[in-house]
Amino acid sequence: MKIVVAVKQVAALDEEFELIEDGVRVDVDYLEWDLNEWDTFSLEAALQLRDDAGGDGHEVIVITVGDEEAEEGLLSCLAKGADRAVRVWDEELEGADVLAIARTLAAVVEREAADLVLCGVQSSDAVNGATGTALAGYLDLPRVAVVTQLDWDGASGTATVHRELEGGVIEVARIRPPALLTIQTGINEPRYATLRAIKQAREKPLEVLGLDDIGLDADVVHAAAGSRTVALATPDRGAGAEMLNGSPAAVAARIVEIVQERMSG
Amino acid sequence: MSGILVVAETRRGELRDVSLELVSTAREVKEPAGGRLTIAVIGADAERFAGDLAADGVDEVLTVSAPTEQFEAHVWQRALEALIESEQPALVLLGHTIDSMGFAPAVAARAGLGFASDVTAISWAGGPRARRGAYGDKLQAGLEFPGKACTLLTVRPGIFPVAEAASGPAPARAVSVDLDGAARTEHVEYRDAAAGDVDITKAEFLLSIGRGIEDKDNIPRFEELAEKLGATLSVSRPLVDAGWMPSARQVGQSGKTVKPRVYLALGISGAVQHLAGMRTAETIIAVNTDPEAPIFGVAHYGAVADLFEVADELEQALG
Repeated sequence: MKIVVAVKQVAALDEEFELIEDGVRVDVDYLEWDLNEWDTFSLEAALQLRDDAGGDGHEVIVITVGDEEAEEGLLSCLAKGADRAVRVWDEELEGADVLAIARTLAAVVEREAADLVLCGVQSSDAVNGATGTALAGYLDLPRVAVVTQLDWDGASGTATVHRELEGGVIEVARIRPPALLTIQTGINEPRYATLRAIKQAREKPLEVLGLDDIGLDADVVHAAAGSRTVALATPDRGAGAEMLNGSPAAVAARIVEIVQERMSG
Repeated sequence: MSGILVVAETRRGELRDVSLELVSTAREVKEPAGGRLTIAVIGADAERFAGDLAADGVDEVLTVSAPTEQFEAHVWQRALEALIESEQPALVLLGHTIDSMGFAPAVAARAGLGFASDVTAISWAGGPRARRGAYGDKLQAGLEFPGKACTLLTVRPGIFPVAEAASGPAPARAVSVDLDGAARTEHVEYRDAAAGDVDITKAEFLLSIGRGIEDKDNIPRFEELAEKLGATLSVSRPLVDAGWMPSARQVGQSGKTVKPRVYLALGISGAVQHLAGMRTAETIIAVNTDPEAPIFGVAHYGAVADLFEVADELEQALG
């Protein structure tokens, strides 16, 4: 079984931040990077499938589109047990939207002939909830989005999955590989890497490729883009919350007052 | 290409609210966009929803008969691809829902459409423009779709009002699409959410805790605090994901939608999926260490403070 896991190094905003000159991106000095939380669950799902299959010929490959910042995320995946990693970057991908990223990932997955492609449901920074399904679209792969349970039956080659709907309703469905699943948080308990594994991760294959290497023209990526960001600002939160200031004791006293007032009214 | 195509959503024989919210979204740009506003419903029993979809401003209801009893992402994908082909809309609107997440981005990718998801506002200036969150909803991005004859947007549920019914029926038209063999997954069954020991949707006062409580061992303390306050304890998703609390206590898109008189949130940053489940609470009080936490955007009262220190003081104040 060959499983490709598409991951993303996500950016969290510092409390204070500045935009760069184009006005539509945050200065990287004010960002903190980490592997997307959803991707820790999709990686774990892949590692469990590989390990349950047992024997040789099973492989988990993590792929990402990103600059050097993304390397750390790939290394953490390798440390947790992924067999190899591929990172694609080109300056032309700077500021790429969700469809341009999915188009690029599609070219990477095409090189791999994977049985399963796993993605997180969404990333914590862009929160598109769209990369996986767009990728399945480009690859013409059957897919299930927002999976909270995944049972693989090797004998019949069928995955039985739980699709998490609004209000906690579950749809149980079956799908056969090759297929793509987007994985929801809570599906499993992601493992931690040992210190030894973290050191050894650097010995594992980590390919860094440009668009040329995956046979993609920058024009194709640009044409795939679904949108262009033209403005970025702090949201208008209307009147906003009335802030309770002062010591924790003062805050607590006001909370008790507000609660009493609202509950008695 | 002109006009707006709205795609309705149904589940287990019920029309979902987001369908008519999308009509309100569409009406915001109908005039500048020009052309007609049509609403399509896909399903085995599509025609029986035609009457419900005749909302104010809808010019025509389209029905597409599907071979599968239940929603199936690949069937819906092919149906929407055919609708875009036959109707040639400039703008396609769907809800940013779990069902849409399974097929809408694939339609946009394959047809090379303009695309954005989880959109919270739209406007028109020579073409559609959209607003959506950025950097975990701490910022807001304005988007354009240059060079795209057709743009597909998935719109956040619960933002736009449900459109009023029209005074008379709208004309309905069945659109025939060959969907045989389009399904690529097999529906087994639906399972309803497990009932818990308590129904948080009935509580008038919820003390809700999130990732900020840091450790499973801290939960009993907040259970006691809830009891002292006379509140029912609810939680955000990470505590359920971690297995610390049962899903029956979860507030949010995949949990319960609550509307208590008071919602006191400690250590909840306010991810979109959480806000979807509590934004209509009468009074929201939020305590969080991050002044930029999105929950302050919906809270009536906020405090940038350490939740443990505030909890200490609440315990003392209540004796």
